[in-house]
Amino acid sequence: MPTVSMTVNGKPVSAEAEPRTLLVQFLRETLRLTGTHVGCDTSQCGACVVHVDGRAVKACTALAMQFEGAEVTTIEGLADGAELHPMQAAFREHHGLQCGFCTPGMIMAAVEMVERLGGPLDEATIRHELEGNICRCTGYHNIVKAIAAGSAEMSSGVREAAE
Amino acid sequence: MTETGIGAPVRRLEDQRFITGTGNYTDDVNVAGQGYAYFVRSPHAHAAIKSIDTSVLKGMSGVVGVLTGEDVAADSLGPLPAGWMIHSKNGDPMKAPGHPLLAQGKVRYVGDPIAVVVGETFAEAKDAGEALLGAITFDELPASVDPVATTAKDAPQLFDDVPNNTAFDWELGNKAETEAAFKAASHVTTLNIVNNRLVPNAMEPRAALGDYDAGTGTITIYTTSQNPHVARLVMSAFLNLAPEHKLRCIAPDVGGGFGSKIYVYSEEVVCGWAAKRFKRAVKWTAERTESFLTDAHGRDHVTKAELAMDDKGKILGLRVHTVANLGGYPSLFSTSVPTYLYATLLSGQYDIPAIYAEVDAVYTNTAPVDAYRGAGRPEATFVVERLVEVAAREMGIDPATFRKRNFIKKFPHQTPVIMAYDVGDYHASLSKAMDLVDYKGFGKRKRASAKDGKLRGIGFSAYIEACGIAPSQAVGSLGAGVGLWESAEVRVNPVGTIEVLTGSHSHGQGHETTFAQLVSDRLGQPIENVSIVHGDTDKVQFGMGTYGSRSGAVGMSAISKALDKVVAKAKKVAGFILEASDADIEFKDGNFTVAGTDKSIDWTSVALQAYVAHKFGPDDMEPGLKEGAFYDPTNFTFPAGVHICELEIDADTGVTTIENWVAIDDFGTIINPLIVSGQVHGGIAQGVGQAMLEGAAYNDNGQLVTASYMDYCMPRADDLPSFTVDHTVTPCPSNPLGIKGCGEAGAIASPAAVMNALTDALGHEDIQMPATPQVIWRAAQKTITKAAAE
Repeated sequence: MPTVSMTVNGKPVSAEAEPRTLLVQFLRETLRLTGTHVGCDTSQCGACVVHVDGRAVKACTALAMQFEGAEVTTIEGLADGAELHPMQAAFREHHGLQCGFCTPGMIMAAVEMVERLGGPLDEATIRHELEGNICRCTGYHNIVKAIAAGSAEMSSGVREAAE
Repeated sequence: MTETGIGAPVRRLEDQRFITGTGNYTDDVNVAGQGYAYFVRSPHAHAAIKSIDTSVLKGMSGVVGVLTGEDVAADSLGPLPAGWMIHSKNGDPMKAPGHPLLAQGKVRYVGDPIAVVVGETFAEAKDAGEALLGAITFDELPASVDPVATTAKDAPQLFDDVPNNTAFDWELGNKAETEAAFKAASHVTTLNIVNNRLVPNAMEPRAALGDYDAGTGTITIYTTSQNPHVARLVMSAFLNLAPEHKLRCIAPDVGGGFGSKIYVYSEEVVCGWAAKRFKRAVKWTAERTESFLTDAHGRDHVTKAELAMDDKGKILGLRVHTVANLGGYPSLFSTSVPTYLYATLLSGQYDIPAIYAEVDAVYTNTAPVDAYRGAGRPEATFVVERLVEVAAREMGIDPATFRKRNFIKKFPHQTPVIMAYDVGDYHASLSKAMDLVDYKGFGKRKRASAKDGKLRGIGFSAYIEACGIAPSQAVGSLGAGVGLWESAEVRVNPVGTIEVLTGSHSHGQGHETTFAQLVSDRLGQPIENVSIVHGDTDKVQFGMGTYGSRSGAVGMSAISKALDKVVAKAKKVAGFILEASDADIEFKDGNFTVAGTDKSIDWTSVALQAYVAHKFGPDDMEPGLKEGAFYDPTNFTFPAGVHICELEIDADTGVTTIENWVAIDDFGTIINPLIVSGQVHGGIAQGVGQAMLEGAAYNDNGQLVTASYMDYCMPRADDLPSFTVDHTVTPCPSNPLGIKGCGEAGAIASPAAVMNALTDALGHEDIQMPATPQVIWRAAQKTITKAAAE
């Protein structure tokens, strides 16, 4: 069986994997990082979104082999130790989650959205950008609020760092 | 109100694990040495199985074993039962054949499980399962798919002993009085309504992990269940999997349910059984297409509805005939949904003297249909609110005025269809909603839209639901196989921290927060000192689970009762310490005080004294501080409210934008407004989904053509607006907390609000759900043609 190596949440990992192993299987089953979820198997729902070299990738429809040597960040690697990422904190503050199943993918997509577009983001932009993430619980109302607040917080952090 | 007490918008305590990826869903659980199950399913809607050649698996890599219907029969495992008895008009009991765990000679819908293959890896199990499917010989039979056509004499018959594919023909209400009302009417409104079939689509697919402990003979099943105790009861009493004391069901974090995870399905039972047979843990997680094919679907009614009025628009009577599609087998609570959860709500918020409902429940070669968020009540609300809106339009009366004229104004109110509404103020919610949506300014907005070439409409939905399910005696008399009370146990530790064991189950509702708020409020303790334990039959003695918006009204009432007992005993302990009669002890803000003195002691000291038992003897009382309670409601609760949808149609494309949504709900007492609003938002989204986007579609051969998110249109963020959600409050008189329940209201109210707004914009009623852009575009062409003719 071939070996695949990558950096996951800052740690180098290397493991044997069948060539047909999906990235999400590699993360969930081989590395036991179960925060990344599978909701649809067809890259529609976004529960499996992780960051690969800074880009949002749907891990349910990508092969682990494609990411040899890549830098992967999952929901488990987003917080800075005990300190939550501003987007994580915003989801809690604004009740942007209920059952929690879509939440890791939502948060990972939201963070990348802000990193790609710059913040703060307005409601129309957020709703449009969430095209690839499905939530069945919240009606999106509070997810949109959370991402707006998280995007403002992230960009204020960027501004402070620049100053 | 304290910062963490009743009514406070406490941020959810469970969120920490969900936002950091450390939740524990069923598929996250792993047991050393586990195998993986793949279910071989029927590719046909209706077929006889001639043979299954399992020898094809010989020599295939990683095959642990295979089980078929023959093994189910050999081990005497019972079929999945229907748990609610309904009788036909002539008194005959319903015809409800059981659903075999694995097919017994025949398959009745695409996805019906035939065999399970267990493999060392999921990929190996699937490879083998696909090979096995090729080794099954079917004798394909014609399929019966349409719920109306299925009762025809020449329709394909699903079961030998169910003539005309009809489970029952049932009635409720007074036929003669209703006919008299229609004879006396000066106006009758008639509607033909299709309540479209939906797929619940909790984001977490169903999953199960069975594990067998040969040492104790116990089967443990991790399962995505809304009610693990009910699952264990059914698996023991009906399926013969294992006796209850040798079966443990654990529903850990569950990623949404919406009804679809109430029922016991084949897969979780088979995983437990296979674990025992193969002496190793067996895991199964549905792929999304499997969820589409096999999760119980919702709704699927075809209805003719009529409303009779006098010349002033006063409603005299209501009459409906509904055909309800049960699918290929009767699912666990399926027979209660189109009967006692539907026809009993046909009075809506209105004083209707005479109601008569007939319901024919039928089998078709489609997935089983059961309760989906609202369960019968969305269908009832849709019938009533569409009828009322159309009646008002036909009679030239403003729809709000028409509603006000017919609202129930005195409580309690006995409807002609069983329910006795306890309390409400329907005027208050309608008036508040009209103010917030600026109903007076609508005409101006409509004209502005018209100038842009757009069609603008506004639609009301004044819904009522019966929640807090349910008084056990009442549901027993109506055919339920179970009682619908709830249990709670409050354990106070010697250090004063508190564990609450509840039979309710949280799969998104935030019980770990709201239940802790109740405890914090009542005991005056920090909320972080409270933990809520649920979802494990080895921890919680028994419980009926979470559905029907029952966990606040019923589950928290049980906790409230147990807290009363804890406080009473704690006062006795305090009395011994303070050398006073417990009748003189006052308990407030976590302190026990002898009335009229400054002698007091705090909660933590009392908890410790309860356990060290130094201040009282065996003759005085038992040590410890732990109390349990069962709470059985005395009535249903009746959440009610008004939702108003305002939307704008682009007639050139059919694309429709919801411009404003106002929801005014009366849920009685609200424990956490943040969580309650979230429930309303989610419910509205599902209702808008039903009205405008979603529909499970089978072709004539019984193939589900909407079996993935590329074919079934789930509401996405840019399909929806932000919502205005507010409340009126009339506390529920029948439970100690005044709670009515909030979980289903949004899904119950919203489809009618959307369709009333769409038809208002279109100026005609010729449109059915789901009103997709294409459907709306066609309907709008009729509007344009009509306008040109005028």
